[in-house]
Amino acid sequence: MTYTSERPPLAETSEDLRARIPGWGADLDPADRPSVPKLQWQEDRSGAHWDFPERQPEERPRERSIEHAFLTPVFGTSCPTSGVSGAIRRLAYARYSEGRLAHWLLLVLGDRVDAWGSHARSFLTLRPDNPVTETGVLSEFRRHGVSSRLGRGRTDLPHQLVVTPVVVAGPWVLGAAAVARLARRRARRRQPAVRPAVGRTTRALRVLRSSTSR
Amino acid sequence: MVYRGPHKVRVEDKPVPVVEHPNDAIVKVELAAICGSDLHLYHGMMPDTRIGHTFGHEFVGRVEEVGSSVRNLQRGDRVMVPFNIYCGTCWFCARGLFSNCHNVNPNATAVGGIYGYSHTCGGYDGGQAQYVRVPFADVGPSVIPDWMDDEDALLCTDALATGYFGAQLGGIVEGDVVVVFGAGPVGLYAARSAWLMGAGRVIVIDHLEYRLEKARSFAYAETYNFTEHDDVVVLLKRLTGHLGADVAIDAVGAEADGNLLQHVTSASLKLQGGSPVALNWAIDGVRKGATVSVVGAYGPLFSAVKFGDAMNKGLTLRMNQAPVKRQWPRLFEHIRAGYLKPNDIVTHRIPLEHIAEGYHMFANKLDGCIKPVVLPHAS
Repeated sequence: MTYTSERPPLAETSEDLRARIPGWGADLDPADRPSVPKLQWQEDRSGAHWDFPERQPEERPRERSIEHAFLTPVFGTSCPTSGVSGAIRRLAYARYSEGRLAHWLLLVLGDRVDAWGSHARSFLTLRPDNPVTETGVLSEFRRHGVSSRLGRGRTDLPHQLVVTPVVVAGPWVLGAAAVARLARRRARRRQPAVRPAVGRTTRALRVLRSSTSR
Repeated sequence: MVYRGPHKVRVEDKPVPVVEHPNDAIVKVELAAICGSDLHLYHGMMPDTRIGHTFGHEFVGRVEEVGSSVRNLQRGDRVMVPFNIYCGTCWFCARGLFSNCHNVNPNATAVGGIYGYSHTCGGYDGGQAQYVRVPFADVGPSVIPDWMDDEDALLCTDALATGYFGAQLGGIVEGDVVVVFGAGPVGLYAARSAWLMGAGRVIVIDHLEYRLEKARSFAYAETYNFTEHDDVVVLLKRLTGHLGADVAIDAVGAEADGNLLQHVTSASLKLQGGSPVALNWAIDGVRKGATVSVVGAYGPLFSAVKFGDAMNKGLTLRMNQAPVKRQWPRLFEHIRAGYLKPNDIVTHRIPLEHIAEGYHMFANKLDGCIKPVVLPHAS
């Protein structure tokens, strides 16, 4: 009972639980739990045979957190920095610690610049980005998109059905509209300059009509 | 698999990775998995996730090549690889904090190295691929025991180890009431692990009925769908004689639904490092003096966590990325004894060429998906 010193009673005793649940209590003793205590000296060094690891060659300049004394002896080499997004990312690492919001916001900005630059460049290749296949949205038909959602009381529906499509598809729709508009404008410019003359004639006729109608 | 921007992935040919350090191994991936924390990357929530990056931190495979200083593995070995990349000898590794290694991630000091988890976690390509570079091959990977099923080994590389670790962080004592937020793979394993540590009652909270069903059948848990209750905190107080749970485990992390504003400000607008709905429910739903264990992944930006309540209630907050290999010897004993059957939660097996649909299905919780496994060489 909460308002006295007694604990609220449990429905099942330890013996009941041991009989019902395989392995109940196998790790009752904290000494059997591998992460207790938190800091445990690893006598076998986990198989390492060095005090400080040999250094991986730095084939090209590698960005690093300003909080590190030097480049770590081993590092990932996936997707080296390049272009505008690379410059933004290098600035984030060189100038701001992980404790500064600017560090993370610059990295997020770099990610968006990287994404849109990559999308744009992909249209110069034989494999342009395809938002339909790359979002996997066709699995909506193959994986029961409707029945997985409707009538199930899911709380993520507003996000899935409204926010995500706007955030994901919105820029593509706006981009396609902008390209279509640009194409129309170009097409207009290329047409022979006949319509303006017709326009001037029409305006002249209107003026003539309005002046004679009084 | 390569990332092409938020919500977009595709399969591309990339050069087969090569040995870049004498203690590297190249592993031919036989099985990989998509993890809930991959969704933070997929949704563009993790800063410095670069176009062309290959995700995947849960994988098993065969050693294809080893560097000149590798002593513990040889070509052809069937290995399971923990999601942590770590050196074994820095201040942190020497004390068992493998997930906090200081020698493998030049991009950040606040997190160690993780396969396929952005440059914030070191810039290593991951295992949702046919081949992967495995640094410190003498330290991280282990040969899969003969008696162990490949899928069980795969799940030991992150999800099971993380759930088991989350239960340990709770400091559970006999008879404790444990509430687990999230009935995804890690939540299911955490709930099941809580019984191993002597919990007297295990409650799982989620909003997806099929996952709650799994929590009942796999984890023997008492389950509640939070959409059916006005207020989860009041629910938990009523369930526990108005005391609150003794231990809460946040197995949700940054993608939490349940509060649209929180979700939009984090997942869509990137104004938060995650939607801390589950964490705040945990803080408010436990008793005073309780322990809250956090194994759900959050991004590095700020999150609106109810810290005042945690302070006023005298809570102990414990959290980390799991030091996976530290869990294995004891976990193997439990699996062998039949206390845990990891691959009971696998629902889908997806060829690598269908990875985009796999991500969409998993992210949107379609088709009863709980845990999808990726088959890199299915074709």
